[in-house]
Amino acid sequence: MANKITLNLITCRTIQQGVGMEAGKTSKKYFDACTIIHMHPEDFKKLGAWKNTNVKVTSSVGSVIVKAVETREDLVPGLAHIPMGPWANRIVPAYTFSTGEPCFKGFPVDVEVATNERIMGAIEVVQDACGLIRK
Amino acid sequence: MPKDVTDVICPFCGTLCDDVVVTVSDDNKTILSVKNACAIGAEKFNHQRLPGRVKRPRMRQPDGTYKEVSYDEAIDWTAKMLVKSRKTLMYGWASTSCQAMSIGHEIAEKVGGIVDNCATVCHGSSLIAIEDVGVPSCTLGEVKNRADRVIFWGCNPAHAHPRHMSRYSIFPRGFFTVKGHKGRKIYCVDCRYTDTAKCADTFIQVQQGFDYELLDAFRTAARGEALPDTVGGVPKEKIYEVVEELKGGRFGIIFFGMGLTHTMGRNHNIDEAICLTRDMNDFTKFVIMAMRGHWNVTGSGQVLGWQYGFPYAVDLSRRDQARHQTGETTSVDLLNRNEVEACFYIATDPGAHFPINAMISSSKKPTVTIDPHINCTTEISDVHIPVAMVGVEVGGCAYRMDNVPIETRKVVEPPEGMLTDEEVLTKINNRVDELLAKGGA
Repeated sequence: MANKITLNLITCRTIQQGVGMEAGKTSKKYFDACTIIHMHPEDFKKLGAWKNTNVKVTSSVGSVIVKAVETREDLVPGLAHIPMGPWANRIVPAYTFSTGEPCFKGFPVDVEVATNERIMGAIEVVQDACGLIRK
Repeated sequence: MPKDVTDVICPFCGTLCDDVVVTVSDDNKTILSVKNACAIGAEKFNHQRLPGRVKRPRMRQPDGTYKEVSYDEAIDWTAKMLVKSRKTLMYGWASTSCQAMSIGHEIAEKVGGIVDNCATVCHGSSLIAIEDVGVPSCTLGEVKNRADRVIFWGCNPAHAHPRHMSRYSIFPRGFFTVKGHKGRKIYCVDCRYTDTAKCADTFIQVQQGFDYELLDAFRTAARGEALPDTVGGVPKEKIYEVVEELKGGRFGIIFFGMGLTHTMGRNHNIDEAICLTRDMNDFTKFVIMAMRGHWNVTGSGQVLGWQYGFPYAVDLSRRDQARHQTGETTSVDLLNRNEVEACFYIATDPGAHFPINAMISSSKKPTVTIDPHINCTTEISDVHIPVAMVGVEVGGCAYRMDNVPIETRKVVEPPEGMLTDEEVLTKINNRVDELLAKGGA
């Protein structure tokens, strides 16, 4: 039985994200680099999920489907990381505390297993939120 | 015969590497290979030859598809949008030349726009702190030749500025740093054991969001005052030890990044880091530098700075006076509050890098995006005007992260008939003049 766990999320650049971005926002490199959430092995145990499982990450402003991977740059348990990009920004709170800077680092998210959910493409994930996809 | 173009400036990050060698085809149209650049820089140059590039402006149709239009048609649409809107957000500028920015600002003055650059979601907090307490800084050349104590605080150059460490901060041998890496002590403060931390002599793992407390503890330790047992997850013994080592250096530098500007505290974190730098100058020479992201975001700050006195988020909607107030004239706040009537994006991709709620607000307004490639913003815009890539297909002035201006070079010809940022903005500017002379759109 899969659980729901609460983690502290940060979003930042990875070199793979940078390379993907320059290869093109619609490229596979960009998709592969940004549609992941880095998690600590202990959090995988708590979540009851295998590595490379799709998960649903929900914050106070919305949710997004990404793939959970084990971290390469070490995290402490309870801390998770999604590379910057449109997927991460689906759940970044826009409130800026009057500084102009939204809360890109350090906000709580719920993570739950969503094996059968599909990860959206870079443009789709933005258009979907903006209501621009005609069905 | 393919030929090598040497001393090319890499237009990716604020390090602005100036030793890239690009091999171009005989007809000057295609990039064949790139030497010396990092993975990201090489990808940027290589992208030039990828198939499927958009070569003419596109306009969104009522059914959601895009139709190709002429440059003149797209420029006319843009000028009319700008003249009609009482408050336009003109955001981006960080990946274009200073010359293009200057023309853009002229348009903003005429139509009452708000000019903002990528610092607003990046080093904006740093700029607020610098306005508050000043900044003791230096050039990267001084770092290379003098620095023997290097601190990376909340930044990860191994991923974001890949050649920074080899060109300036960790490995190079300089005039007074003849031993290179061996003569330097490297510190990394981060909440993750990053790839940069792996290059450091000392890694200090701070609890996420406790940078202010730790910086404050460093200042306290520097003054020899008492500390609690742990601060932000770091034992006090380690803090005292590191501070003593820093005091023993001849030239110290703090490089800081998004780990300070994006976490809770924002500008106050930077404020404290600058004050720590000032305090350390009681013992030795110490400086601090922001790790600027986009290759010319510093340039946008410079141009806005000398034209209006503020480095970002400049509200020109009163035309004859420039106003700046963080939280009020900053892009994300303007979009959150639905305060602008139109959006004009150039040389950036807020669709990918702004929180989604800001972009939902943006997508409801008339929007024009000027960018060489298809990205998340162009696909929620009414008009997309493709342009030549600055630093690859056209030259222009850029500022490195240490505020040193560097002239970027043209390496290859842009696709046939493709206009540059400067040309497109000049045409929009002329069209705006015509419309205003006629009394509006």
